[in-house]
Amino acid sequence: MENTAIVDHPSNVSPSNSSADSSATSSGHGDFAKRAGFSTLSVHAGEARQKPNDSITDSICCASTYTFESTQGILDYIEQKQDREEYGRYGNPNEKVVERKLAALDLAEDAILYSSGMAAIVGLLMAKLSAGDEIVFFDQCYHRSREFCAKHLARFGVVTHQVKTGDFKAMEAAMNARTKMIVSESPTNPHLTVIDLEQFVAIGKAHQVETLIDATLATPFNIRPIEYGVDYVWHSATKYMGGHNDLLAGVISGSKEKLEDVRKLRGILGGINSPHNMYLLERGLKTFALRMQRHNENGQRVAEFLENHPRIERVYYPGLKSHASYDVAKRTMKGFGGLITFLVRDADWRQTAAVIDACRIPRIAPSLGGVESLIEQPLVMSYWDYSPEDRLRFGIHDNMIRMSCGIEDADDLIADLKQALEV
Amino acid sequence: MKFRTRAIHVGSEPDPATGAVVTPIHLATTFIQPAAGTWGQFDYSRSGTPTRSAVEKTLASLEGAAGSLAFSSGMAATHCASMLLKSGEHVVAGCDIYGGTFRLLHKICNRAGVTVTLAPADDASQISAAIQDNTKMVWIESIGNPLMTIPDIPAIAKIAHDRGALLGVDSTFAPPCMLRPLELGADIVMHSATKYLGGHSDCLAGVLSCREASLHKELYFVQNATGAVLGSLESFLLQRGLKTLELRMREQSKTALEIANWLEQHPRVTRVLYPGLPSHTNHQRAKQFMGDQFGAMISFEIDGDFQRTKMVCQSTKLFGLAVSLGAVESLIEQPASMSHASYDAQAKAKFGITDSLIRISIGLEDPSDLIADLDAAISI
Repeated sequence: MENTAIVDHPSNVSPSNSSADSSATSSGHGDFAKRAGFSTLSVHAGEARQKPNDSITDSICCASTYTFESTQGILDYIEQKQDREEYGRYGNPNEKVVERKLAALDLAEDAILYSSGMAAIVGLLMAKLSAGDEIVFFDQCYHRSREFCAKHLARFGVVTHQVKTGDFKAMEAAMNARTKMIVSESPTNPHLTVIDLEQFVAIGKAHQVETLIDATLATPFNIRPIEYGVDYVWHSATKYMGGHNDLLAGVISGSKEKLEDVRKLRGILGGINSPHNMYLLERGLKTFALRMQRHNENGQRVAEFLENHPRIERVYYPGLKSHASYDVAKRTMKGFGGLITFLVRDADWRQTAAVIDACRIPRIAPSLGGVESLIEQPLVMSYWDYSPEDRLRFGIHDNMIRMSCGIEDADDLIADLKQALEV
Repeated sequence: MKFRTRAIHVGSEPDPATGAVVTPIHLATTFIQPAAGTWGQFDYSRSGTPTRSAVEKTLASLEGAAGSLAFSSGMAATHCASMLLKSGEHVVAGCDIYGGTFRLLHKICNRAGVTVTLAPADDASQISAAIQDNTKMVWIESIGNPLMTIPDIPAIAKIAHDRGALLGVDSTFAPPCMLRPLELGADIVMHSATKYLGGHSDCLAGVLSCREASLHKELYFVQNATGAVLGSLESFLLQRGLKTLELRMREQSKTALEIANWLEQHPRVTRVLYPGLPSHTNHQRAKQFMGDQFGAMISFEIDGDFQRTKMVCQSTKLFGLAVSLGAVESLIEQPASMSHASYDAQAKAKFGITDSLIRISIGLEDPSDLIADLDAAISI
């Protein structure tokens, strides 16, 4: 491994740690990202080995604009396509470091960060789709991304088809010459269905359409869809990547070539993230591997506890043999994360809410993936305005609870759920 | 609740104003009062802020303390503790205390007429022998630096208390998930929270925690009167760091033990100082007090002179060449030319700071990456 910590950035190689050279560490170019341990990448990837003022951490650069020494400096920047900052909406040093780090973790050539997960998907789809184009979704997916496509992309003449999650035949049947992209989450939310990415990519290739996977619940710790040939990987970095429930961010990973127009459009639409947030995200990623390992362990233990509890009717967790995705999950994923969905036996919505209200450790809130455990009733939190028929169509039951296991002691989480189920 | 659960939840109760799951960063320097002469919970930010109070609550819970106080640096915390001493009083301190504490005791506290005697902290009888009638405080480190000595805290606490002195323990190398000196009889525990507690090399902070509420109150009076308090931005970063403290420490200790074992087998390494190794003088005591975690600091000597040792330290590609410790990034340094450079030849010999000594702080990287990096540097 070179001193550039992770991968040689083409423009910088510094020979040893005593060198004063600033050497950015990029991803995707070299093979270090594949050789280095995940935790080493989480700590070092994307960062300059030697930083300005010799500080060990990146400074937070709050500038809204960046100065040029002279008029000639601007002309050089434009004509030589120099790699430097210009105006804050086009990029900032803090987000660039995290983009390199996330690209390395995703084994992607490039990554683009946004001010939220939704800003990221909107940025990608606005760049890639035009009037007359069509996309096909697996139907279990984050309801806001579905809503954006069905309600808003439709206004611009883009047609969205939704087919049953995991039904590849239905997906192919919904595709035609105008189809530009196929989309799925994996695992899905809240049912935790894991998609067979080999099959998903094979369909995309056969029809020459691009593929997009929302891997927010999996994270690159558990699976790297790029390795399967997926074109774009989308994460709400607000969740496991940030990991501390204190920032919003979204990211799209993919090839430099495919992301070039996406980046340009971000500069126009302006959904870039702030230097403050990007610093917190970078800091959160330092413990990414540790946190994910614990989320995986806690998720598995709590899921097993729930499955054996008499008051629980059903548990959706891909690490359980009872889950329809168990085989594909076991084959392709390192672990299954901290999100668990379960049904309380013979409970109406109020009795289900009583279980949530009796919990002492998990907080009642939307979102997931942070160190603090969170709990919610999808019916109340996300589907209250839907008709009973629509809820059923999306598999949202009155007695459904979704819990995001944090990194607390599993024994404490289990004891708390046990007492809440006895109330 | 267990340690890790408390680290995440105690002091991080949802914000009553907004329901925010994370403590807000309150930057206000002053707070509106209910009426003239009637004080609200917070008045002026030197006396306390909601963000600092939140992290102090978390720290007290983790340390098993009656209360904790957050300072702008570790030295500010130690200084506050030293201000319990009055002119004419005496301190017994360990020989291998941090250089900054050594300087404080010998060059600042002496101005107030406080005198100091140093004694080896891992030998309770020598600490006992150094105590005088006017000794009011014994100050030791739970893991010495850089020789990683381990004191018998319960024995020293008894000796100090029998003679009417307080025991203060700087436990910077052993955070509360590994060792809680207050439970072993110490009166005050001090941390440079810049190290493991913050854990990300990005926030300078210090902490004092007390077993007794009365002592906490006394120290709070000194803190408020002298003003070296932790700001709200740093309080937020410190609290965020505490949420992963147990995970980080467990992983860093595990990696350090693996690397210490590997170093001990290395043909060019002549000596390894790590309390987790059976070869360490204080290994049994370390096991007794710390269980299966021995921290992430390792000192070792190589078969080379000053220049070659310096070259090894400069040749690593993953370990950063820097003083400080306890963060996610691994660091390497040569005490003789860096952390202990100010010692003269005699002091170096006395305290074991040889030219071939190297000190490393193990971070969160993959152990195999760190071993490969060290191997290449040592073999240079």
